[in-house]
Amino acid sequence: MHISQVLWQFLIKWLTNSALFPREASTIAPYADALYFFLLTITVIGLVLVGTLIFGFSIRYRKEKHPVAEQIEGSTLLEATWTIIPLCLFLITFVWGAILYFRIYTPPANAMNIYVVGKQWMWKAEHPGGQHEINALHVPTGRPIQLTMISQDVFHSFSIPDFRVKREVIPGRYSTVWFQATTPGTYHIFCTQYCGTNHSAMIGEVTVMNPEDYQKWTQESTSGMSLAQNGERLFASMGCNACHNGSATARGPNLAGVYGSKLTLTNGSQALVDDAYLRDAILNPSEHITSGYAPIMPTYQGQISEDGLIDLVEFIKTLQSNYRVQETLTTADSNQQAPTTPGAVKP
Amino acid sequence: MSATSSTILNLPDQRTATLPKRHYLNNEDGLLSWLFTGDHKRIAILYLISITIFFFIGGAFAGLIRLELLTPQPDLVASDTYNKLFSMHGIIMVFLFLVPSVPATLGNFLMPIMLGTKDLAFPKINLLSWYLYWVGGLFIMAALVLGGVDTGWTFTTPLSTHYLNTHVVTAALGIFIAGFSSIFTGLNFIVTIHRMRAPGMTWFRMPLFVWSHYAASILMVLGTPVLAITLVLVALERTIGIGVFDPTKGGDPLLFQHLFWFYSHPAVYIMILPGMGVISEVVSTFARKRVFGYTAVAFSSVAIALFGFFVWAHHMFIMGVSNYSALVFSLLTMLVAVPSAIKIFNWAFTLQKGSITFETPMLYAFGFMGLFTIGGMTGVFLGALGMDIHLTETYFIVAHFHFVMVGGMLMAFLSGVHFWWPKMTGRMYPESLSKLAAVTTFIGFNLTFLPQFVLGYLGMPRRYHAYPPEFQVLNVLSTAGATVLGVGYVLPLLYLAWSLKYGPIAGNNPWQATGLEWQIQSPPLTENFIEIPVMDHEAYDYEWLAKKMEQEVTTVG
Ligand code: HEM
Ligand SMILES: [Cu+2]
Repeated sequence: MHISQVLWQFLIKWLTNSALFPREASTIAPYADALYFFLLTITVIGLVLVGTLIFGFSIRYRKEKHPVAEQIEGSTLLEATWTIIPLCLFLITFVWGAILYFRIYTPPANAMNIYVVGKQWMWKAEHPGGQHEINALHVPTGRPIQLTMISQDVFHSFSIPDFRVKREVIPGRYSTVWFQATTPGTYHIFCTQYCGTNHSAMIGEVTVMNPEDYQKWTQESTSGMSLAQNGERLFASMGCNACHNGSATARGPNLAGVYGSKLTLTNGSQALVDDAYLRDAILNPSEHITSGYAPIMPTYQGQISEDGLIDLVEFIKTLQSNYRVQETLTTADSNQQAPTTPGAVKP
Repeated sequence: MSATSSTILNLPDQRTATLPKRHYLNNEDGLLSWLFTGDHKRIAILYLISITIFFFIGGAFAGLIRLELLTPQPDLVASDTYNKLFSMHGIIMVFLFLVPSVPATLGNFLMPIMLGTKDLAFPKINLLSWYLYWVGGLFIMAALVLGGVDTGWTFTTPLSTHYLNTHVVTAALGIFIAGFSSIFTGLNFIVTIHRMRAPGMTWFRMPLFVWSHYAASILMVLGTPVLAITLVLVALERTIGIGVFDPTKGGDPLLFQHLFWFYSHPAVYIMILPGMGVISEVVSTFARKRVFGYTAVAFSSVAIALFGFFVWAHHMFIMGVSNYSALVFSLLTMLVAVPSAIKIFNWAFTLQKGSITFETPMLYAFGFMGLFTIGGMTGVFLGALGMDIHLTETYFIVAHFHFVMVGGMLMAFLSGVHFWWPKMTGRMYPESLSKLAAVTTFIGFNLTFLPQFVLGYLGMPRRYHAYPPEFQVLNVLSTAGATVLGVGYVLPLLYLAWSLKYGPIAGNNPWQATGLEWQIQSPPLTENFIEIPVMDHEAYDYEWLAKKMEQEVTTVG
């Protein structure tokens, strides 16, 4: 290991133990801390410089020592110096900060998705395998985790200080954040956006486990129904399959394989089908008419909870062929329980 | 420090000295003569009393907040009470103290005198603005008395519009009305500066205090209406549900954030720029030197004001603004930090080759420079995109803006009040006590807010009423600091009140300063000048002053 890395580790250990510094528990944390120390350094240098100038001049040119002031107009050279040097430092900070930002907010393609719904005053996490947790989140080490988050009421903000990540959770739209945990343990989840009476009680705990423990946890805490399966039931019970039944004469577009594709809408625009698009198409269908179809879909605004929407979206995501829809159609008619969804991944 | 050798205090002989027979304070008697006055100086005094009242109300809330945070448990007050406390603290401090502080008091008092004119352009509108301030203030107090409001000073929707049963509309209305008082003050300043300067008072002979108020006035006039519109929308959304901010009606909750910060970011410059003006005057006077790079300081004020309008989205980096707009706003934020850095160095170099004394206003000004440097630099942390993700919405933010607003602005305000007190009242305050207050404030301030930076990096969220126990040590430090700070704020209240009756007579120019305001009697006549002065020298021309004083000595002798 390079000597600077050893020193770095030493510094971090010491700071963490002195409780002046949060633990570094994600792959991003060391990058954030490096920028933090850079900024701390230039702040201290700036402060020492200003302090030295003030104290130095004050001592050297105090009235007893220097009874008559010499008038000085200014100095273009000096002014240029203290314009250009801060400017350069701030520009370096800008670039560094921007790189970090893109790193924190650009999830890798292989990230495992977990949904989080914020409500007054709790965090509800939903794993694809159907595990639900309140004010808790279990994640494995060594695997990028993406959180797709939405608020059911007011602004909240999801923050895990020991991971150095945070993102606003907004009513009416999905936001995402990702991290990769490095060290097993438990860490605080805070709501950092003021959200009403029990804002300070909206605290959770993220439990980082090594992959084997995590495997065990998922098996023990499954409810038996994955999100997609819940979605499948909703799809039937809300009557979606009456129109989206995949047949040639259906009144609604075929949903198989629609996730991730580009749709042409009646107004001629192109739309990429992602979580946010699907959610919005369910709530505000009249704004997203696929070309070739009539604007007859009713809005489901106020009829499906955010959790339900997540389930529906997960179901639609798993649809690769019309087979599931057909199955749903028959089970819905015959009132039987749907069999396990093929292709619905368990984490 | 031996007061006798270091002081430039130039007081008249106390055995014979008296206040001038006639001045603006005793020109007319009776409460009504104050309530219907058109005199900018009397209006300034009315404002000074008013904002002091609100400052101590807001301060009492701060004390309760800190007391609650002494322990991690939610033990002193219930959570909704706590939320009301910090909301009221913020609303009062921002809208009823910080925004009007320097402009409405010192600015009102000094602007016409510094420009060599008898009054502001619109004396009646000036008085009206004070009444509007109080109407707004009373609405806010009404919201408080009727049961409070728990939106935070930021009024975030949809929390404020759909989820709270408190007196949001009343408080918003109060801020809306008080906003007009700020617009009127700004208008009055702009027109006065453009139209009423004395003969010879060119733009580049104006004191920097006037320049900084000019910049702040632009912000008041252009920014405040946006706040007013935003609050009207909040009230409409709450009462009749128009839905502009409501996603279920096709509205956009982020729109509120954009509108709110479009005002509230420039607002921090409304708060800090006038303070910077004070610092320029004070540093120049006690170093007995022209401000280093006068033009750069003047233009950097205007630059800050203009750029200040283009950085609002840096309050929203984690709110799902697009990555590319985040880039642009971060870059602009870095650029706006530069003029502030320039000013700090200009003030520091004003000291070079000066003849420096350390009177109370100067101590406060030094405090300002130190604290504002920290406040400014920590702003750079928050402007750096990736760093902001971790720091925003934590105690780091609380520490940062208190360093700028309280460490910066309030230090500047106190510096200015001490500096111009002899002019406003004709009397001096006790010197050693005032120095003690300045030092106490500085120490108390650092003890209160430095630990909060650490708390913020550790991740303690702001607006938390109870917190995990590992944060306690730093919170205890902070509360201890707040106690010291409280003492630092109460002291001036006491000795300044004392000085009104018992303070030594100050004379016209106790600091031997160059400004026009120091060339007239203290306290001034109602019409300021017997004859409109002709400005035949630059601001901060100490050679001119020396010559003038020599002449006075020879004519008297
Ligand atoms: C003894 C002095 C003070 C102390 C101990 C103090 C303490 C605090 C604390 C603890 C908060 C954070 C509340 C929270 O986030 O939970 C706060 C917020 C705030 N303070 Fe102070 N404060 C002091 C003085 C001032 C002054 C003098 C001003 C303005 C002139 C001011 C302006 C504000 C503002 C604008 C907020 C934001 C309120 C919000 O979060 O909505 N404070 N203060
Ligand atoms: Cu919350």
